[in-house]
Amino acid sequence: MNHQIDRQLVERAALLSRLELSESEIAQFSTQLSAIVEYIEKINTLHTEHVEPLAHCLPVHNVLRADEPRGSLSNAEALANAPDTIDGYFKVPKILDDNSGA
Amino acid sequence: MSLNYNIIVGLEIHVQLATRTKMFCGCELEFGQPPNTRVCPVCLGMPGALPVMNKAAVEAAILTGLALNCTISRFTKWDRKSYYYPDLPKNYQISQYDLPLAENGYIEIPLEDGTSKKIRIRRAHLEEDAGKNTHTLGNFSAVDLNRAGTPLLEIVTEPDLNSPSEVRQLAQELQRIVRYLGVSEADMQKGHMRFEPNVNLHITQDGQVFKTPITEVKNLNSFRALERSIACEVNRQLDEFLATGKTLQIGNKSTYGWDDVNQMTVLQREKEEAHDYRYFPDPDLVPVAVSDEWLSRIASRLGELPLAMQQRFVRDYGLSDYDAQVLTAEKSTAVFFDAAVRCGAQPKRICNLLTQTGLKLANEKQTTVDALGISPGRLAALANMVEAGQISATSATVIFETMTQTDEDPAQIAEQKNLLQKNDAGEIEALIEQVIWENQKAVSDAKSNPKKAKKAMGFLMGQVIQKSKGQANPKIVAELLNRKLMA
Ligand SMILES: [Zn+2]
Repeated sequence: MNHQIDRQLVERAALLSRLELSESEIAQFSTQLSAIVEYIEKINTLHTEHVEPLAHCLPVHNVLRADEPRGSLSNAEALANAPDTIDGYFKVPKILDDNSGA
Repeated sequence: MSLNYNIIVGLEIHVQLATRTKMFCGCELEFGQPPNTRVCPVCLGMPGALPVMNKAAVEAAILTGLALNCTISRFTKWDRKSYYYPDLPKNYQISQYDLPLAENGYIEIPLEDGTSKKIRIRRAHLEEDAGKNTHTLGNFSAVDLNRAGTPLLEIVTEPDLNSPSEVRQLAQELQRIVRYLGVSEADMQKGHMRFEPNVNLHITQDGQVFKTPITEVKNLNSFRALERSIACEVNRQLDEFLATGKTLQIGNKSTYGWDDVNQMTVLQREKEEAHDYRYFPDPDLVPVAVSDEWLSRIASRLGELPLAMQQRFVRDYGLSDYDAQVLTAEKSTAVFFDAAVRCGAQPKRICNLLTQTGLKLANEKQTTVDALGISPGRLAALANMVEAGQISATSATVIFETMTQTDEDPAQIAEQKNLLQKNDAGEIEALIEQVIWENQKAVSDAKSNPKKAKKAMGFLMGQVIQKSKGQANPKIVAELLNRKLMA
């Protein structure tokens, strides 16, 4: 298996994560991520044909709540952390398609 | 050169579930509230806030899955679908990727010719809705997150639909089903149902089959737009194929929007990039296991589905398909009608009373026919009075209206209002004698002027009924009058 994380992959991952990386960072992360992925790949040497996929690490299921309203935040509280607001709304830069496919 | 084509459509439908609260938090779902007032740390995506699944949403999804003849997964989980958009505060949407709650079902839809058709359902899964962007501020957008976290059921059909009208029929039948189940208000005005059809054509030209590139039309929220957008796509794809010969290839799926003003589909994105949503199981939510016991408890809420009811009304009650459809449009009307018939009344009489008077009154009062204050038994009694000729159809309307205001029997009301028809032959005969005496000219026309006989007869009938102050049973009047004139 090829563990090589090339520069193209790092740039793609950075775009999907909305991270701006410098040239030196791209080089640095390519090396680091390759090493990390190579290390994780060791898991693939295990035989898992007869093992059920694990959906969650806790042996718990059906944690459900009744459909009953609980209080919400006030508009002022809801917007308290927002960098900018207008008339009770979050104000954000106009949305443009960045072609990241996401 | 010979050319013909088949229309191939698969449909994705988002149905908003009618829970009181959001999918993963206790914020109330109320339409039309001031922006950002039904939000909390969970649905705002604050760090550290933890989601807890709404049981009612899971049950509504399972119930709908059962109604759509799906296999219900006994083990499902929640996955994160990652993308960035200002109306998605967590930067991921909680959805179901590889283990949907329901799959491999079908929906039976009524067709315009009175037959029905089965459309396969690929899957139905639960996911949360995003917030709302308003693009009205020049270089800025305003975001309201009241809607963020609303439970949606995404239903995906197989590409079994073959005309714009079939697609509309499916959408309308699904609306009727989710309303019968009580899992959604399915109010189009409030965006409770949103459609995304995938359309292409299989064109046969000189014995060779060509498939046109698939287009997806985004975010349609009315039956009309849905039907028209597909008709539009059919014409556009046919024109495009004839002009360019372009056929379906992997990756050349494009996205269109609907321009309601110009009634046409508009290209949004030429090439669908491979979406990279990086799905993975949500570590904040544990899986859901559906036991036999839980499943059968939910299944007990299923009840008779609308199309089955419509077909039963035609088969067992002898109603026309049109009448049956009107009566089953709303569950409350259908159940009320059925109950009244079971009280021992002629189905067509009950149907007429409901469709001609009941639905109109209910509409005026903005309520349903079962909430007009008339029990099925009283309605049956009213229908039986019409059937027996004790009251006219016009009087029945008056009595129906009065019945909504009082608890009295229709017979009592008819008596008080002097609406009982005279069925007594002797009494009616006396009136006829009098009318004949007063209208010699009309009598002779009726007897011996073939050109004027029909009109004269109608005039004499009217005279008799007028003399009885509208209380003579027209059937008996006609019969006696005929006999008198023939004599
Ligand atoms: Zn909330």
